Amino acid sequence: MASDLSAHSFRLANGGRIDRSRPVRFTFNGRTIDAYAGDTIASALLANGIHLVGRSFKYHRPRGILSHGSDEPNALLDIDRGAGRRDPNNRATVVEALDGLAARSQNHWPSLDFDLGAINDRLAPMFAAGFYYKTFKWPRTFWHRLYEPAIRAMAGLGVAPTESDPDRYTQRNAHCDVLVVGGGPSGLAAALAASESGARVILADEQAELGGTLLHDRISQIDGRAADTWRAETLATIAARPDVIVLPRTTVFGYYNHNHIAMVERVTDHLQAPPAGLPRERLWQVRAKKVILATGAHERPLAFADNDRPGIMLAESVRAYINRYAVAPGRQIVFAGVTGSAYQAAADAKSAGLAVTFVDVRDPTQCGEEVGELRALGVEVLTGHTIIGSVGRKRVAGLIVAPVNGPGDVGAHRTLPCDAIAMSGGWTPAVHLFSQSRGRLQYRDAIDAFVPGASAQSECSAGAANGTYDLAATLDEGWRAGAEAAGTTASRSFAVAPSTRTDSGRARSLPTDRDADRVRAFLDFQNDVTVKDIKLAVREGFQSIEHVKRYTTTGMATDQGKTSNMLALGIVAEALERPVPEVGTTTFRPPFTPVSFGAIVGQARDALFDPIRKAPLHDWAEAQGAVFEPVALWRRARYFPQAGEGMHAAVSRECRAVRSNVGIFDASTLGKIEVVGPDAAEFLNRIYTNAWLKLAPGRCRYGLMLREDGFIFDDGVVARIAEDRFHVTTTTGGAARVLVHMEDYLQTEWSDLKVYLTSTTEQWGVIAVQGPKAREVIEPLVEGIDLSPGMFPHMAVRVGRICSVPTRLFRVSFTGELGYEINVPTGHMRTVWDAIIKQGAPFGITPYGTEAMHALRAERGFIIVGQDTDGTVTPDDAGLGGMVSASKRDFVGKRSLVRPDMLLADRKQLVGLTTADPKLVLDEGAQVVADTKAPIPMKMLGHVTSSYWSDACGHSIALALVSGGRARLGETLHATTPSGFAAVKVVTPVFFDAEGKRVHGGLEHV
Amino acid sequence: MLLITCPYCGARPEIEFRGGGEAHIARPSDPAAVDDQSWAEYLYYRSNPKGVHAERWLHVHGCGRWFNAVRNTVSDSFEQTYRMGEPRPDATKERR
Repeated sequence: MASDLSAHSFRLANGGRIDRSRPVRFTFNGRTIDAYAGDTIASALLANGIHLVGRSFKYHRPRGILSHGSDEPNALLDIDRGAGRRDPNNRATVVEALDGLAARSQNHWPSLDFDLGAINDRLAPMFAAGFYYKTFKWPRTFWHRLYEPAIRAMAGLGVAPTESDPDRYTQRNAHCDVLVVGGGPSGLAAALAASESGARVILADEQAELGGTLLHDRISQIDGRAADTWRAETLATIAARPDVIVLPRTTVFGYYNHNHIAMVERVTDHLQAPPAGLPRERLWQVRAKKVILATGAHERPLAFADNDRPGIMLAESVRAYINRYAVAPGRQIVFAGVTGSAYQAAADAKSAGLAVTFVDVRDPTQCGEEVGELRALGVEVLTGHTIIGSVGRKRVAGLIVAPVNGPGDVGAHRTLPCDAIAMSGGWTPAVHLFSQSRGRLQYRDAIDAFVPGASAQSECSAGAANGTYDLAATLDEGWRAGAEAAGTTASRSFAVAPSTRTDSGRARSLPTDRDADRVRAFLDFQNDVTVKDIKLAVREGFQSIEHVKRYTTTGMATDQGKTSNMLALGIVAEALERPVPEVGTTTFRPPFTPVSFGAIVGQARDALFDPIRKAPLHDWAEAQGAVFEPVALWRRARYFPQAGEGMHAAVSRECRAVRSNVGIFDASTLGKIEVVGPDAAEFLNRIYTNAWLKLAPGRCRYGLMLREDGFIFDDGVVARIAEDRFHVTTTTGGAARVLVHMEDYLQTEWSDLKVYLTSTTEQWGVIAVQGPKAREVIEPLVEGIDLSPGMFPHMAVRVGRICSVPTRLFRVSFTGELGYEINVPTGHMRTVWDAIIKQGAPFGITPYGTEAMHALRAERGFIIVGQDTDGTVTPDDAGLGGMVSASKRDFVGKRSLVRPDMLLADRKQLVGLTTADPKLVLDEGAQVVADTKAPIPMKMLGHVTSSYWSDACGHSIALALVSGGRARLGETLHATTPSGFAAVKVVTPVFFDAEGKRVHGGLEHV
Repeated sequence: MLLITCPYCGARPEIEFRGGGEAHIARPSDPAAVDDQSWAEYLYYRSNPKGVHAERWLHVHGCGRWFNAVRNTVSDSFEQTYRMGEPRPDATKERR
């Protein structure tokens, strides 16, 4: 055995597509593995005599390499490319060997060779289908805390990386006339035909080299040339044509609506030293006029007892390892199967100098001339035999077979010694993408498989994906599909010799004389589902294939049952005694193979994950040490702490400055819409609840906007700049939806109105200067506007200049103080802001943030839409019934306000709450109840919507929506707190300056 | 992702659009004259068919225009898109 474990001990002397002049070394579980460029991890391990590469999911059984492609269920490895570049669950069969790469096996402890979890294999009778559902039901609370974590640790695949991924991922959009998925013979022929007429073609294949089965076909001659020569020439011809993109290492994983195709290109993983600037992976989103699915077929295993031992592989994969990688999976190989392709694989193994035996489980009468041909090569061929089981543990050592003399009559056992088994239970067309496209599958009895039927989108399948296995027919079909997709009628026929062996028998559970309840024949290797599990599920009453799938988990692992589904389906049909098409198939969902989060996320990470909108003064606020909060996509300065100040102290100081002197606030995030046109006033009259026709130019009005269902949608001050021009402001978060709402009515209901809407949110910067000294601060800076109260009263607007910059100057207040909102072009905002700060310094001008703004407006009982309302609040509920025009015939939402439900006395109404403990600031969202002793679930009367410490009042204040609230003024209710309840008194929702005199400033009310 | 043909801009990916629900539900010209039930039906009642559905779309990240479309809700195929104010195309083409 020592020689078996030396480097390349199972490497064949000649042949293969590996580059023997470029040795590559990586490690597997710490051991150095010698490989060549062109090897996969799997082929390199096999070349070094290693079959045991993992432990199974549930039973921790030793598992080896089953396949040579992306359908691999067993050989899942953790791949470490250094510093943060670690991924679990890589299929060893698709990862290319690279110097310095570290591969590790998964799901075992303490080691792959000695895994304590293998006790599960001895306890297997416990782990029947539905084991978890049946066992871990009680007590309920144990699931979350005990069962699930323990099961996850025991039955799992790889471990997710903990470090941040240092690689870059990009995304790309593309359009093409024809997308060919798969670069095997039919895909190459299709791309050749489609590109001949100059169509824009993308040809994508998941493998490092295009060619599919041609890469390991050493006997076929296509049009008189060796298969590989034809492959290389064809590929060169295609790639040289204009408007053709050939993408190796690119997996088409999703087929979505209207020929929207998602694929991932692995750009650098195979490069020893990737050039700087290349992304690791590139996600392509392609919109193709026509898609050709040339995705090939997957080989099925055979269901015999202990068919999962390391060394038991698929027959075509054995052929691929021998011919493509010059690797002998074993020196003494037993082939077992029902397919003509397995005979070809056996013949290739024989001519590679390996000892070969063939077991055909078909009756001799069903076998063709391939039996005689293989025997002529000196291979022992047993027909009419069944497979009883295998021997060996960490590597298969023999196959137990027996002749079948008649139904239920199994003859004497014979063990065929071997170090590898190549099985072939038939072929399953890879219809995943077709099925994702919502095409309908149909069952083709002759090949015991589902093939594409009626299309739902503009696509067509060709070659093995379409159930066509003969090479010549595959090429013809691919060519035809490509020509048709490109809109040409050119035809071509390919000559192939020798003809392909495509016959296939029908394999289900194999006859055995062992106790069927004691043996385990695996169907889904990755999820450890056996024939017995399927039969148990059917016995327990599961009839639908979708239910059997979920109950047994067959086909639900990361390989999605590529190798196992069709065999499992056959077993279900057998158990139900119904034909396969009646049982149907499960749904194929994207992705075809696992896709990295990196590819999906692309560049949308870190700062680009969720774009942030910054107000014009963001940098200034940051330099002032502002604490920010997210408001919609914006970041707004919440408060400006001075040295040693906490939030509470800072906010109180900011509020005090506004109430006693003057504060300055960046209100630029307010939404702004310019409404212009001869019918602008009429339009606003229909959109808002209040009246607009008589608003004079130069005046502002607070407007309330409803949805058609009568609930408050948005609010804001609107200024009439001219007869036909309004400056509308919206809430910070509502700008976009208000514009959509307005456009909707304008375009679809009132298209006769001459009105134009333009978003100006980003064009106007807004500086709010609020407080008794506001006028004194800005007066020296303003040109062309008389600020005296008589000439410029509250709720007026003037156009002029400030600091020589054009301004729309609003005299409005969201604080209850004398105040201005100074609109200036955004680019000039900083200049004006700095000038006001300088001018205000003698008055103690204080920048304040959103928190102070909130507290100040709450003291005056001003609502914030979306905080004090929630989409179920009417104007009357919010105490704004006076805003609703009684005289207007119609406006959006008016009719809904008199629906019976809108008039109920117990509707939730906005009220104020004061706490019995004046220092207690309630939680926003706290529930309000009448009786804390009421049985649970107790009746909730409403909830707190806004809650602050009020510096001006000297106690906490809160707004709340309370059922029948206005009829409860003076009542004591209770609000929930983290530790229980707090007594609250229902009051009018105005806490300060109840008469609203302060907005007029000191001069006006003397 | 759907490919939607804006009558003004041509075929564009779905992410440029915003759906607006069922089309051809006219706002009553005199809402005050409508009884509660009829108003509730205008607000809330929708046909939600399995099959051909006329619906509103807004090319919000494009030309900003609202338009109508006839889409098959089973296959997601668009039979037609057309401008606001144009009548719903002949429904005799209904499939499935």
